[in-house]
Amino acid sequence: MSEENDPMAEIRSSFFIECEELLEALQDALAEIDDGNEDPESINVVFRAVHSIKGGAGAFGLEPLVRFAHRYETALDEVRSGRLVPDADATRLFFSAADHLSDLVRVCRDDEEVPTEKSDELLAQLDALLGDVVEEEEAEVADFEPLGVSMSLDLPDIGSAGNGATSLNLSPMDGPEKSLFHIRFKPDFGVFETGNEPNLLLRNLAELGIADISCDMGDLPLLAELAPETPYLAWNVVLEADIDESEIREVFEFVDGLCELSISSNSAQKNATDLTPISPPEMEIPSAPNAIVAENTSPVKTEEPAVSKMTPAAKEPTNTAAKSAPTPSTKPAEATAKQTKSKTPKSVVRVDLDRIERLVNLVGELVINQAMLSQSLEKVGLSPHSDAMSGMDEFQRLTRDIQDSVMMIRAQPVKSLFQRMSRIVREASSAVKKDVKLITIGETTEIDKTVIERLADPLTHMIRNAVDHGLENSEDRIAAGKSSQGSVTLSAAHRSGRVEIEVSDDGAGINRPRVLQIAIEKGLIAADSVLSDSETDNLLFLPGFSTNAEVTDLSGRGVGMDVVRTAIQALSGRINITSKKGVGTKFSISLPLTLAVLDGMVVEVANETLVLPLNVVVETLSLTDNNVEMIAPGQNVVRVRDGFVPLFDLGVELGYRDTALNVAGSIVLLIALEDGNRAALIIDKIQDQRQVVIKGLDDRYSRAPGIAAATILGDGQIALILDPTDIIANATETPTGSTLPTERKVGT
Amino acid sequence: MNDQKQSSDIELLTFKVADQEYSLDITSVREIRGWTRTTPMPHAPEYMRGVINLRGTVLPVMDLALRLNMTSQEISDRNVIIVVNMNGALTGLLVDAVSDIVAMKEDDLQPPPEASSNQSVPVVRALTLIDDRMIRVLDLSAIVPGSTDEAA
Repeated sequence: MSEENDPMAEIRSSFFIECEELLEALQDALAEIDDGNEDPESINVVFRAVHSIKGGAGAFGLEPLVRFAHRYETALDEVRSGRLVPDADATRLFFSAADHLSDLVRVCRDDEEVPTEKSDELLAQLDALLGDVVEEEEAEVADFEPLGVSMSLDLPDIGSAGNGATSLNLSPMDGPEKSLFHIRFKPDFGVFETGNEPNLLLRNLAELGIADISCDMGDLPLLAELAPETPYLAWNVVLEADIDESEIREVFEFVDGLCELSISSNSAQKNATDLTPISPPEMEIPSAPNAIVAENTSPVKTEEPAVSKMTPAAKEPTNTAAKSAPTPSTKPAEATAKQTKSKTPKSVVRVDLDRIERLVNLVGELVINQAMLSQSLEKVGLSPHSDAMSGMDEFQRLTRDIQDSVMMIRAQPVKSLFQRMSRIVREASSAVKKDVKLITIGETTEIDKTVIERLADPLTHMIRNAVDHGLENSEDRIAAGKSSQGSVTLSAAHRSGRVEIEVSDDGAGINRPRVLQIAIEKGLIAADSVLSDSETDNLLFLPGFSTNAEVTDLSGRGVGMDVVRTAIQALSGRINITSKKGVGTKFSISLPLTLAVLDGMVVEVANETLVLPLNVVVETLSLTDNNVEMIAPGQNVVRVRDGFVPLFDLGVELGYRDTALNVAGSIVLLIALEDGNRAALIIDKIQDQRQVVIKGLDDRYSRAPGIAAATILGDGQIALILDPTDIIANATETPTGSTLPTERKVGT
Repeated sequence: MNDQKQSSDIELLTFKVADQEYSLDITSVREIRGWTRTTPMPHAPEYMRGVINLRGTVLPVMDLALRLNMTSQEISDRNVIIVVNMNGALTGLLVDAVSDIVAMKEDDLQPPPEASSNQSVPVVRALTLIDDRMIRVLDLSAIVPGSTDEAA
């Protein structure tokens, strides 16, 4: 198949996007069934989602996906028809199958290796669930008619198509003679209504070999009689190629049943004899067995004029539900018409992220412009009660509203993320054989899309920890007087302009003596340290605390909580831990609503205004002669309580000045670095703490280390946003490789 | 990108840099704006003056005199920034003053004599005469780093 071809790749990728949505709907409906919701619509949603995925997958020849989806669908249909009442085990199996289905979708999308063993295992379980019901399947075909889905057709047919292809493939190998095919292709109404493009089909056909394409315009009426939506043209193609007929048919797979297609082959001697028994020379596609239609792939953009004018219906996202394969008897046009009407599509627009990005930028400009305008109006000395000034106030309010609305476009409910977590809980709990329920609160809370994506890994890790180590096993729970089923609660909520996400369990709480013991063993704290409870809990975040297998009973899987904290900090977030012995542990994450703005500390260095992310600034100090110690010339440390922190002059590191100012009396910011160390930066003045809009920098000019981005201040000036970790890393890059700086890099 | 067809009309924006007259094909000029203070970029080449705010986007500004290895003049409010578009990316060029827009034929442009310049990169694409004054037509792609990033 010509998947490398651009138009095909586009269709393919939109199929996978659609799959994501279907899988989400599938999970939702399964969760409803799991909650004891008897609504028959739930199982229908599950069934349709699986069926649509199967249909699309069949169109793309994703064999493993089709095979699994089909059997899964068969089992679901038993439930739908009421022959099988799912108990808890069956629901769990359905969940696992849904998880596996999403795995398969991902694997097929990324062209990775298909985990067949897992498929087989789940299929065996599904078959066991069905028992002997499955044998009756053939007889039950009539029951499925209302949906127009003839179950018994799909799998065997695909199988036979596959077999056919392999047996046919052999022939060209025997003799490499090229076959000559005569193809006639005449689109019906349905081709355009489903957004297919004859041009692309013909182009794909031409890629198979040497094609001589001629257009038959015999049916073309006079202009006055021409109906723009009616296809009049037909194409005759003489294709000379070293392929078999099934490959030609693959090209027309999408319009299967929506066109008149005849393929006859004048292939060389023995090919002809091989071909005839399996596929007669004159073959009408609608009657071909492989009758899966792929309407659920989104419409292709058409460039062709009048002929391929799409009906509005075709432009709407075609409904995912009830993708029936038109049976040979059904008129294709009717079939598609029915499908588009069958359910009103969700009024959702899929927008390129770049476009939103552009809108966000424009609105950012508007806000800055408005601020500058109002500043200059004030300068002119207008009365605050003048029309201009009150108009300005209104303008300001409107721009704020626009900014908020635009930010909301990028926001997405955390629901999809939470669904992924419920899968993690299922997997983790079955791995450690604990009975765990995930409770999710605030699924509709919206966060910036990029934040959601980058939250998945840290949350996965925390959820696994909670299941694996936070919760006790059933016996211990009963002994402690708790219910045998443990629960992990995942909640999201908006709180004072930030998003709060909490992961909590009702387990035994942190074993503080054990944490202390490990920290002392690892040399992370002095043996005689006295730590408060919360200080002890926070030891879990130290790098190196749990990189070792022997401490898996606290934080497991070889990755420490420091990774989680780093990921959260990278999102300008904070993470806290609270734990109560015998009651449970709670991790609270606080995140900014969007990555487009940053809480910054605005400082001044060598007359330049700079912004540091507020979340890295631990505290501010002022230097005196007493707390600065020199280790080597040009290399100082500042004493902060009991520790020594390397001291850097920000002006020197950025090349704004050659030598540091007199250190005594200047202000330093104590910075928490990503590796857990600290550093102190000398600055001239702290101006402000405020939210700034992040602007990207042009990458064409060598970007200075330590500069993360830029922002525009209220007076229209640009201020650079610094990445302190990067600055220190560059400052400490020394030839000797010692951990402490031995030489200060002076800027050019 | 500046290669027009033979004898086609071409419009040049002429301007002064360090008391020399230069010009650019006007199709690459997006706008001309007055001088505003730039925010210097740390560790940037000397000719990079820094960045300014161009209606909400961050515009890098280059001192054309320094870029052409001439001594930069004292910067005053009379300086202007020519915003040029190079393959979709905008760059500001700091010049002394903008003089004129002249239309001429491509034929009127003469290639610069070989090895007339001691510069390693030939930044002058052509020479032409306007009212008996010699005007240098700059090759924008040689001045502004584009997709093929030159080391600066």
